[in-house]
Amino acid sequence: MAHGSLTSPVQNGLGVYYILCALMSVGFGVYQVRQRSRFAALLAFAWAGLFGFHAAAYLAHQGWVIPHSVTHLVDAYTNAISYFVVSTVAFAVLLIFRKPLTEPNVAWTLMNLTLLAFGWSLTNYDFRDIVAKPDNVPIVMLLAAVGYFTWLPLRRAVLNDDLIAAGKPVLEKDDEKVLVWPDLVYTELIAMIICTAILVVWGILLKAPLEAPATTARAPNPSKAPWYFLGLQEMLVYYDPWMAGVVLPTFIVIGLMAIPYIDFNQKGNGYYTFKERPFALIMFLYGFLVLWVVLIVLGTFLRGPNWNFFGPFETWDAHKVDPLNNVNLSDMFWLGLGSTPEQIAKAYGWFVREIPGIILTVLYFVAIPPLMAKTVFRNFFVKMGFLRYMTLMTLILFMTSLPLKMVLRWTLNLKYIVYIPEYFFNI
Amino acid sequence: MSVGDWIKNNQVWKSIFRHPAPRDRRNRVVVMLTNVFLHLHPVSVRKSGIALSYTWCMGGLTFFLFLVETVTGVLLMFYYRPTLEHAYNDILSLRDVTTLGILREIHRWGAHAMVIAIWLHMYRVFLTGSYKPPREFNWSVGVILLVLTLLLSFTGYLLPWDQLAIWAITVGSNMARATPFLGHEGPGAALLNVGGVPLIHSGSDARFLLLGGKFVSGETLLRFYVLHCVAIPLAVAVLIAIHFWRVRKDGGISGAL
Ligand code: HEM
Repeated sequence: MAHGSLTSPVQNGLGVYYILCALMSVGFGVYQVRQRSRFAALLAFAWAGLFGFHAAAYLAHQGWVIPHSVTHLVDAYTNAISYFVVSTVAFAVLLIFRKPLTEPNVAWTLMNLTLLAFGWSLTNYDFRDIVAKPDNVPIVMLLAAVGYFTWLPLRRAVLNDDLIAAGKPVLEKDDEKVLVWPDLVYTELIAMIICTAILVVWGILLKAPLEAPATTARAPNPSKAPWYFLGLQEMLVYYDPWMAGVVLPTFIVIGLMAIPYIDFNQKGNGYYTFKERPFALIMFLYGFLVLWVVLIVLGTFLRGPNWNFFGPFETWDAHKVDPLNNVNLSDMFWLGLGSTPEQIAKAYGWFVREIPGIILTVLYFVAIPPLMAKTVFRNFFVKMGFLRYMTLMTLILFMTSLPLKMVLRWTLNLKYIVYIPEYFFNI
Repeated sequence: MSVGDWIKNNQVWKSIFRHPAPRDRRNRVVVMLTNVFLHLHPVSVRKSGIALSYTWCMGGLTFFLFLVETVTGVLLMFYYRPTLEHAYNDILSLRDVTTLGILREIHRWGAHAMVIAIWLHMYRVFLTGSYKPPREFNWSVGVILLVLTLLLSFTGYLLPWDQLAIWAITVGSNMARATPFLGHEGPGAALLNVGGVPLIHSGSDARFLLLGGKFVSGETLLRFYVLHCVAIPLAVAVLIAIHFWRVRKDGGISGAL
């Protein structure tokens, strides 16, 4: 194996990584001892032991590597479909079982399992190669931060919802006022110092990337936008640039700005809650966690040369061919009726050729809103009024058009619903 | 008289700090009112409003990171010239020669951190429902700040003028080519013509405006440099001022009533 064994800097790095993990577990254990919960403390110290054991092994350069049977298995089962479907299911599970899952011991165990899996994954050359790219390190940080800052509000929402149900005031409720000096200015000062320290350490440990001088003669493969736009670049798989790069981002920005004017629910202002505003939370969390963060991870870590999908442990091979035989709706429709779209276009023009897709699209935007207003969204419609309701529906329809198009691609190999290359109008 | 007392009774000191040290309640109030920077804050706040578990300090950190970027950015401008001839080599010497070359690392990682911090800030504001009345408008100001922060980062990405830079910007700006009506490969652009002569072509469309040419070139570098170092930071600074003003005017940090 060319990249089979670990170099000693990598082993030392892993040793330090596991020491940090072990320290966190020790901290958690001490906290649990103080809380007098024996079982949780024992569990935490067991984790600390496990991490410590790993740290010792790597510092002693034992060279433990994740088995090929595991990496092959993982690579064999990850593709764009399974990745996205599993993420969406995990999202649903998280929200439905938020109460047991955010319970500190459960959450702590989940986090440790993730840390362990991440540590073992790092022993794979291809995984390390992509995750440890200087410009990709922020994404790993983002994931850690998003994980923590999803746990925290969900946990507090669970607690608050119980308090509300019991008729008690929420956690954030208090009438005590404190002076900004010293209470706030000191917090700010400490936050600034920690932030500066992190930046300096980060800057010393990791050099900013600088590749070969720019040349238009040779394009790198893959060419990727900066990481925070990779969710948008991933959308290019399903939509043409005018949609993925212009229309949908515009709707994201307009949609975000419209949120406070659409959300008529007066509850849940100034405290964490789930039950008082489930709809708003589900929509926003799905948009941010799944359609934004999950897609960024996909675009950064799992898309290689020619924007092909690669498993997390797979070598990026520029010669990998993914057969693309996607067809347009007009192809399916007219071929099904025994003629070809070309014949139809010749006889009646492109409009007739594309009429099935045009009708579907118009129905999607025009028929669904009133249909929903009569059924599931009846309450919304009554409370929001026409304008608010239509804005909400338009935004939702644009948002759901992405997962919809994904599913159509995966199941029917659908390329375009409407295909009018004459006017660059393909959707 | 100790040295400390001498300093504090000196006319110079007293002219700067017009009141005794903030050790008692009265002076802790006065310090907030007489210092222009501290005056961004109110004098007193609800305890739960400034709890770390509530705001995560993310808005504050975003602001701090903006300041870090401003300071390191100004220093970097001493070493960097936005021309095809110099740009890459100037970055190279920041890496290999310049004593304070770590400025570049701090500036780059700080930019990434600012993007993460602003997302988390928005996330927290949403999750606590703090965009609800009376804070609707401040949320919208925030969204514009978010867009500008991403653009700041994007324009900066080009400046090292290496392969990573120009191709990332090429991929990103290729989208502008497909802008409806305004991009030469966008739907509807062909409709904008005068007697069959197209108004929107590769030398006049949205992408051309952004890049100052038909592809990423020296003109693009200059454009992005000016946007990155002057135009966008100024806009961000003004909007942050509005944002902070409104946090105060909308009743301070939100909280359960
Ligand atoms: C450069 C960017 C930004 C800076 C420096 C900034 C700074 C701050 C600060 C310091 C606060 C005080 C409370 C806190 O720290 O959470 C705050 C509050 C707030 N921010 Fe931002 N912010 C920025 C971007 C945003 C964005 C992107 C949004 C939303 C889309 C937003 C919406 C709000 C709202 C609604 C409040 C009031 C929250 C409350 O009262 O609880 N801000 N901002």
